[in-house]
Amino acid sequence: MAIEKEKLLWMYEKMRTIRAFEEKVAELFAAGKIPGFVHLYIGEEAVAVGVCANLRDDDYITSTHRGHGHLIAKGGDIKLMMAELFGKKTGYCKGKGGSMHIADLDLGILGANGIVGGGLPIAIGAALAAKYLGTDRVVACFFGDGAANQGTFHEALNMASIWSLPVIFVCENNHYAISLHQHKHMHVTDIAERAKAYDIPGVVVDGNDVIAVYEAAEAAVKRARAGEGPTLIECKTYRHRGHFEGDPMVYRPKEEAEEWMKKDPIARFEAKLLEMGILTPSDITRIQEEIKAKVEEAVRFAEESPYPEPAEVLQDVYTE
Amino acid sequence: MPVEKEKLIELYRTMLKIRLFEERVAEIYWEGKSPVFNIAADPIPGEMHLYIGEEAVATGVCAHLRPDDMVAGTHRSHGHYIAKGGDLKKLMAELFGKKTGLCQGKGGHMHLFDANLHFGCGGIIGAGIPHAVGAALAFKMQGRDNVAVSFIGDGAANIGAFHESLNLAAIWKLPLVVVVEDNLYAISVPKSKSTAVKSNAERAAAYGIPGVLVDGMDVMAVYEAAGEAIARARRGEGPSLIECLCYRYRGHFEGDPQLYKPEGEEEEWRKKDPIPNFRAKLIKEGILTEEEANKIQEEVAALVAEAEKFARESPWPEPEEALKHVFL
Amino acid sequence: MRKLTFAQALNEALRQEMRRDPTIYVAGEDVGKYGGIFGVTAGLLEEFGEERVRDTPITESAIIGSAVGAAAAGLRPVVEIMFIDFIGVALDQLFNQAAKMKYMFGGKAKLPIVVRTTCGAGMCAAAQHSQSLEAWFMHIPGLKVVAPSTPYDAKGLLISSIRDDNPVFFIEHKMLYGLEGDVPEEPYTIPLGVADVKREGKDVTVVATMAMVHKALEAADELAKEGIEVEVVDPRTLSPLDKETIINSVKKTHHLVIVHEAVKQAGPGAEIAAMVAEEAFDYLDAPIKRVAAPFTPVPFSPVLESAYIPSKENITSAVKEVLGK
Repeated sequence: MAIEKEKLLWMYEKMRTIRAFEEKVAELFAAGKIPGFVHLYIGEEAVAVGVCANLRDDDYITSTHRGHGHLIAKGGDIKLMMAELFGKKTGYCKGKGGSMHIADLDLGILGANGIVGGGLPIAIGAALAAKYLGTDRVVACFFGDGAANQGTFHEALNMASIWSLPVIFVCENNHYAISLHQHKHMHVTDIAERAKAYDIPGVVVDGNDVIAVYEAAEAAVKRARAGEGPTLIECKTYRHRGHFEGDPMVYRPKEEAEEWMKKDPIARFEAKLLEMGILTPSDITRIQEEIKAKVEEAVRFAEESPYPEPAEVLQDVYTE
Repeated sequence: MPVEKEKLIELYRTMLKIRLFEERVAEIYWEGKSPVFNIAADPIPGEMHLYIGEEAVATGVCAHLRPDDMVAGTHRSHGHYIAKGGDLKKLMAELFGKKTGLCQGKGGHMHLFDANLHFGCGGIIGAGIPHAVGAALAFKMQGRDNVAVSFIGDGAANIGAFHESLNLAAIWKLPLVVVVEDNLYAISVPKSKSTAVKSNAERAAAYGIPGVLVDGMDVMAVYEAAGEAIARARRGEGPSLIECLCYRYRGHFEGDPQLYKPEGEEEEWRKKDPIPNFRAKLIKEGILTEEEANKIQEEVAALVAEAEKFARESPWPEPEEALKHVFL
Repeated sequence: MRKLTFAQALNEALRQEMRRDPTIYVAGEDVGKYGGIFGVTAGLLEEFGEERVRDTPITESAIIGSAVGAAAAGLRPVVEIMFIDFIGVALDQLFNQAAKMKYMFGGKAKLPIVVRTTCGAGMCAAAQHSQSLEAWFMHIPGLKVVAPSTPYDAKGLLISSIRDDNPVFFIEHKMLYGLEGDVPEEPYTIPLGVADVKREGKDVTVVATMAMVHKALEAADELAKEGIEVEVVDPRTLSPLDKETIINSVKKTHHLVIVHEAVKQAGPGAEIAAMVAEEAFDYLDAPIKRVAAPFTPVPFSPVLESAYIPSKENITSAVKEVLGK
């Protein structure tokens, strides 16, 4: 494999961080410490990480309602994320946004988004600006299988194609739009097939294999930076938990979920790295402990941070 | 499959009806609007989008439709309405804004509705496609073998509703036919600049449905393709997409300077004018004689003249009617 | 009488109507197998089957647009937009198509569509899942807008909305779904366009909507201890608005406070206040006051969301202010 050791270790550490963060969030949410809704990324870590491993700080991403994984993979600060989930003043959005609206414009994170398909038109806009300003920045646009039926998918892919915009469209096909299975909401099995309707390349990858995602994204990013236009990458994956925390998941057969859990992307990657001698069991323990400490630090930061003042409700509506 | 003589003559007559109606409307439209272009001037106020050049598409498709099949049109829908069997007098009166118009003067040229013919059209691009999906859904749920047809332009094929409607119609296996009238332009934007694929027929595969590309200037080519798609739908086999390559000989709207049409393009397409070409074909094949063809022309011209007379002589609506029909 | 929750009352309305009229069908995201994310359509799929209870892809413009076509072709769709915030992607079908067709087409089109949706803050669901946008829809001629506040009202109004031959936008405040109340077992209708006096009083009229009706009633209880008698009027239908009931109340009390969760600027209260000022000015002894959310998107943090949503204290203050106390 041609990927450097540093990159492989980076990817492993990022995937583990996402997993630890999300598991902690699940715990805190169940304890009533996190208000509102949360949509966890557990099981899909290879997609965000495999794609973002190819991006620079000045590249952009648009995310979804299930955005914690993308945010972390793009370099988001988990302390600020956790504080935001708690609704604290020190959070990424000063407590104004919550889980689905976290953004860090300095890192090119154009936001998680509560509207399915809402990020697609935003992504092409950012790509247009990048091109217009003569940069070689690219945009990775994440969305789900459900969003692939939205009008915005159609409109965004068409426009990105005709304007040759530097976008990598990443469809995270976890086979469900809340309770509706993919085969009930569209007649194509591979969403990547729809790329033909926009005359752009479409590739299908195993979304639970971070190397496969990395390689597909690498090619797409290269194309985009060279001014050759957009690509659609479909990552077949699965979410381990419900659509949202609290989802009774009556719509998912147990056997299906169990089959997918066996393909856990982190377990697979870890096994591979062990086999390649890039990681040792003691490395694994050390890394997990470091991450655990960081997550706990993030929780402490969030818990100890103050809530915003009520008067802050009125701030930040407009740019002064 | 050979088509009966009567049907062929009917195709010719329908195309001629559309052409002569639209040409007369163009003349009347410009009355009162020269030398200064005052778009609100009588006798036909407002915008006008004429179907001249595209007659073969509406005619070839609607020839297979029954009165209780549904058609959703566009902003350029006189041709669809006439091909569906529409009433020329009520149509003309509606363009004039008279009380006797199809919509009693409330809708105008772009907002035609005929409950008996299950026909409707509007000014929002792509809005009619979901309507046709809904009508097709109703037909299926009611156990009828009726069909819904949505006519759209090349521009509309890029709108979100196109994607959502075709996907929904495909998964619910609805009796829908979407006919894309690719006349190369969305107002001034050529298709090559707006659409990522060469032909929208290719997009059908994204929904798992059949898609074909036909010569929209050849009424028999349209007739055959539409016949298959409509038969499929009636048999319960689901939706289809037909793209017809055609051309509008006038601007997007009356008054359009058409600066976006390159030198010589229109002349090339004039050679493919569906009506004189079909007339010549029918005469050559002995289906019509010159005299018979001329007679049809005179009959149709008389119908158009009658419609114009009806419109001019009809009364205006009362002002109070502006407040009516908001709700039932 | 037995009690049902707001969600159960809506469920019963749908069930009873669907049994009565086979042309009624339900469509929306997760309405079938899942029973609706707030449970309003629970059990309908099992009783009526997939033809009449349809899970759709995420495709709002096609959901509403196909409702338009189906209604025009003889069905009575009851479709759902999961959160009122999602209406943006489908707004054209609602306001340019469904609402205008009857008028533009000279009176002939009949579009018996119900679009059900949820609104409101209180769950920290943040800016794109918590809005109260009813004022947008009050501004559209041709569209009726209904906003119940109790389980009893919810069932009767939904049945009337389904039987109405016009497009009706039926808004359910998400914080009310668990509220219990008396609901008759048989189907019954509550006419659209008729307000309900939820509490009688002689000193001040408080017009309140949806979740704010309950806050207004709590405020009224508190003010009663100070000898202030509040009359709480619930419009129930926002368009067409029952002007008569509101004006009759103002004629009695001479003071008006309007409470809604929508932002104050151009909110439903703006219309109600202007209407009363125009038609009952001489009966007012003080300026009209509106209690509403500030002109901002809905913030996430619970501290901020609480500051955003109008409170019982906001209402009692406003009442005292108009009474000069």
